[in-house]
Amino acid sequence: MQEKNSAHWIFEISPEKSTFKLNLNEIYQYRDLLFLFIRRDIVSIYKQTILGPIWYFLSPLLASFTQYWVFGQIAELPSDGAPYFLFVLSGNVLWSYFANSLNGTSSTFSANQGIFGKVYFPRAIVPLSIVASNLFQFGIKILLLLFFIILQGWFSHINIFALMLPVLIITMAMISMGIGMIISSLTTKYKDFSQLMGFAVGLFMYITPVIYPTSMFLEKLPNEKHWWIYANPMTSIFDVYRHGFLGVGTINWFGFIYSLVFGLIVYLLGLFVFNRVEKSFMDTI
Amino acid sequence: MGSDVILSVENVSKLYRLGTVGTGTFGGDVQRFWKTKILGQEDPFLKVGQTNDRTSKEKADFVWALKDINFEVKRGEVLGIIGKNGAGKSTLLKLLSRITSPTTGSIKSAGRMASLLEVGTGFHPELTGRENIYLNGAILGMTKKEIQSKFDEIVEFSGCELYIDTPTKRYSSGMTVRLGFAVAAFLDPEILVVDEVLAVGDAEFQKKAIGKMKEVSETSGRTVLFVSHNMTSISQLCTRAILIGNGMIQDNGDVSKVLTTYMKNNSINIGYLYNHTNWKQLQFAHLTNQIEIDSVVINSEKLVFEQHEKINFTIKVVNVSNENRILDRISLTIKNINDEVVLTSHLSSLKLSIEKQSFYYVKNLTLAISNLISGDYYCNIWIGGGDLLNYGDDYYSVDNVLYFTVRNNNIYKWYNSWGQITVDNIHYNPS
Repeated sequence: MQEKNSAHWIFEISPEKSTFKLNLNEIYQYRDLLFLFIRRDIVSIYKQTILGPIWYFLSPLLASFTQYWVFGQIAELPSDGAPYFLFVLSGNVLWSYFANSLNGTSSTFSANQGIFGKVYFPRAIVPLSIVASNLFQFGIKILLLLFFIILQGWFSHINIFALMLPVLIITMAMISMGIGMIISSLTTKYKDFSQLMGFAVGLFMYITPVIYPTSMFLEKLPNEKHWWIYANPMTSIFDVYRHGFLGVGTINWFGFIYSLVFGLIVYLLGLFVFNRVEKSFMDTI
Repeated sequence: MGSDVILSVENVSKLYRLGTVGTGTFGGDVQRFWKTKILGQEDPFLKVGQTNDRTSKEKADFVWALKDINFEVKRGEVLGIIGKNGAGKSTLLKLLSRITSPTTGSIKSAGRMASLLEVGTGFHPELTGRENIYLNGAILGMTKKEIQSKFDEIVEFSGCELYIDTPTKRYSSGMTVRLGFAVAAFLDPEILVVDEVLAVGDAEFQKKAIGKMKEVSETSGRTVLFVSHNMTSISQLCTRAILIGNGMIQDNGDVSKVLTTYMKNNSINIGYLYNHTNWKQLQFAHLTNQIEIDSVVINSEKLVFEQHEKINFTIKVVNVSNENRILDRISLTIKNINDEVVLTSHLSSLKLSIEKQSFYYVKNLTLAISNLISGDYYCNIWIGGGDLLNYGDDYYSVDNVLYFTVRNNNIYKWYNSWGQITVDNIHYNPS
């Protein structure tokens, strides 16, 4: 009887763990939910605040001013010839996208257990919506950066490499989602990882060329150890980005390709872990 | 057979760990993975596991919250799932709604399924009612278009029109629930899984909710799985029921039959249950040391009755004194599930003479229930001698016996389910 009618079953719930099912079809079915989540994330943050979306400007500006004084004026860090303020502002704008996405996705399960415990929808929608709603913030911040680039008369330095931005964003989204989904999956069982994330992202910034140029890092290390720097997939992303928008620094293309491959692999790995955990995480969280 | 089966649950079991989850550390888990997956040793995980009985002592580290559950649901059926707290109902719901996966077995579905384990899932307090309707609808699986087309109906059903552009954090809890249920009521799945969400809201809203569910299943042939402790709503709504106890299916079939089994198994909750297969000797307070009630029994297998039926029951009394006595009076108080006395009824001038030191069966007593609205009832019975008007002597009384349910099949006969009792009081005399 089962064999005869097997065709009419729409779905089956069973203990087998389908490891590499991407469920793109299902995510497409729930696309409206994805958009509503994105909208909710954008709208809800600044409800009942006086300044509203202006906060999107203020946070990178205040951080950049502080860093400009501390690292630019006091510590006198180099910036490959670009104005140091533009240098840190551009760094903060890009880094905040990565950091927000990583922090958001790494608490997918713990932050949404209320909803996940009551209703089914493809869980991968949540990290996707986080990465996408951060894109909105990032868009506003990039406009801010362009405004200051023009204000400081640095506009002529913007070049063709700035068009690589979408590729950089996708790579960063994949890296942050990949790592985030792995951390989030581990957190369902071991709460320790959420503690770790609290400061790890902050530390990660210091080994990434956000407030200093890659060239300064390279100078301090002998040639055979330069790969240490490029082992951080974020390094080349920042290099390409700064080269495109500020016209400074050099691009290591091997490093860049490595970043792309790293992003893809860590994303697939994250998806793999996430898919394994999402079916029964409610039992352990 | 088969094609009209819309949901099939086969050998489904779910194992849960007792005690604190994750006392085994990350290292412990790595070790287990090493032993089972790499060295190929047996996983201790699946070997142990006791049956799901709250009251028994913890013997193993794992418990079968559900064990070998098998059932099928046909298209258009409204299946009620009943059972005590901790019997496994919610676990079954979680498996059906894909919140967690079964340890063994499989659940196959031939229709789009939506589950309603809570109303207003995903409501964001900062968003307005309007925004939350869209969000909640999408979480439950509706597309934006579907919600748009039903938006006005949803708002009207919820009765929150005035507040629709106010953030839901300003709503009263009742309003939040109404809004949540309104969205859910306009869900359009082929299978709807509903938990006891109807236990919220005021009486008027509950009625509205049950009415809506009945309408949904009757008019559009939707399949509904409904979990509840409320016998009345189960008997009103469902076409079939299953009883879950200790993680296993204990009964499956006709609603009245399953409810009766449940009541029999669940005598702790409902007071003393008497029937002829279950004569129980109970300790009652002695009023006078003359005639005692030994037991009370409903003379039928079923405990769910239609309004037009009569309940036939027998009282077994015993004369414990050393002289013959006359039993004159049997009084009966019918109470509803909230312990409110609905009515009392007296049978006097019986003049049954009962010999000393012997039993007597007062047979063929009938209780008409035509004036009871649908619901669950039980009775206090007391017996006495002498005249009711002069009070006479109370011999003996028993509390919480004769548990029964009155079922009124048609919910739209509101006049049979509104108020405490129903009588033909109003008459028209055209002259």
